Amino acid sequence: MSSIFWIIIAGAIATFLTRIGGHLVLSRFERLHPRVEAALNAVPAAVLTTLVAPAAANADWRGLVALGFAGLVALRFNALTMFLSGAAAIILLRQFF
Amino acid sequence: MNEHTYQHKPLQADPTSKSTQFWEGFAKGLPITIAAAPFGLLFGALAIDQGFSLFETVLMSAAIFGGASQMVGIELFGQHIPAWLIVFSIFAVNFRHVLYSAAVGRRIGHFKPLQAMLSYFVLTDPQYAETEKRAESGKVVTFIWYLGVATPIYVMWVLEAFIGGLFGNLITDTHALGIDMLLPIYFLGLVMGFRKRTNWAPIVITSAIASIIAAKTVGSPWHVSIGAIAGIFVAVILAKPEPAKEKR
Repeated sequence: MSSIFWIIIAGAIATFLTRIGGHLVLSRFERLHPRVEAALNAVPAAVLTTLVAPAAANADWRGLVALGFAGLVALRFNALTMFLSGAAAIILLRQFF
Repeated sequence: MNEHTYQHKPLQADPTSKSTQFWEGFAKGLPITIAAAPFGLLFGALAIDQGFSLFETVLMSAAIFGGASQMVGIELFGQHIPAWLIVFSIFAVNFRHVLYSAAVGRRIGHFKPLQAMLSYFVLTDPQYAETEKRAESGKVVTFIWYLGVATPIYVMWVLEAFIGGLFGNLITDTHALGIDMLLPIYFLGLVMGFRKRTNWAPIVITSAIASIIAAKTVGSPWHVSIGAIAGIFVAVILAKPEPAKEKR
């Protein structure tokens, strides 16, 4: 088998370990401290923000406008509407400006 | 069901049938497949571009099932970087799942061992977000519901790698189509979905600033872990010492 094959298999094992690892470690505790609870509740927003902010910092003005527009749409509409609005905005801006 | 059993088995009973639960989950998974489709197709196209065979392209989507890490993996592969470093980078990009795993363990602790193994295997960003939303709305997170969310996402993701691999060469100008902004827009939507949570704004602002600084100094992919830890640290500091309302 090629080296690509083994990189994929090793990457898959590493990924599975991240997906089951947090639970295996935390399940050893009977009760969670309120601050640990607060930390866990902060996880999604904290992690997902790091996938947005650097991309926004490096984006051209069209990318920033599209992101800002999508963010405003998200205040009123569901995730899919928000995504399609943002995608339409970036495609139109890149085509015409 | 009396009070006693309720406390001991809080998540076992669901008034709706198994098939209803599956389709409820399926309805949550379906829009995610549409949002993820451009990335699944793009991954397939780029992987072929980097010299992957069609089998290897599909295998990577089926075995890793994590978009951002797959993109990082094929990008590094094109740069003749040592194999262990590519695997390590995949691990680093996916490291955030440790936190999802710890959080979601509270929701799916009642799954049987094999069900749990499968559930952790398909624990992606949107899967985590939907599970949290379901639990917060007071509904039961059953294995069948969880499977209903995961099935369309997984099947379409693997299929898209195949289709993208077959037809990828047709996409020539990715910049004009805004491909580089689709992933950030998608993740921003997930961030906005959590805006009702305690201390959301300070957490998001801290993570944003920390991840931008880390991206410019330490570099990718560590900005993900560093930014996340900074935001979580703020949440821990701001947390009230006494437990808020009911336990979640």
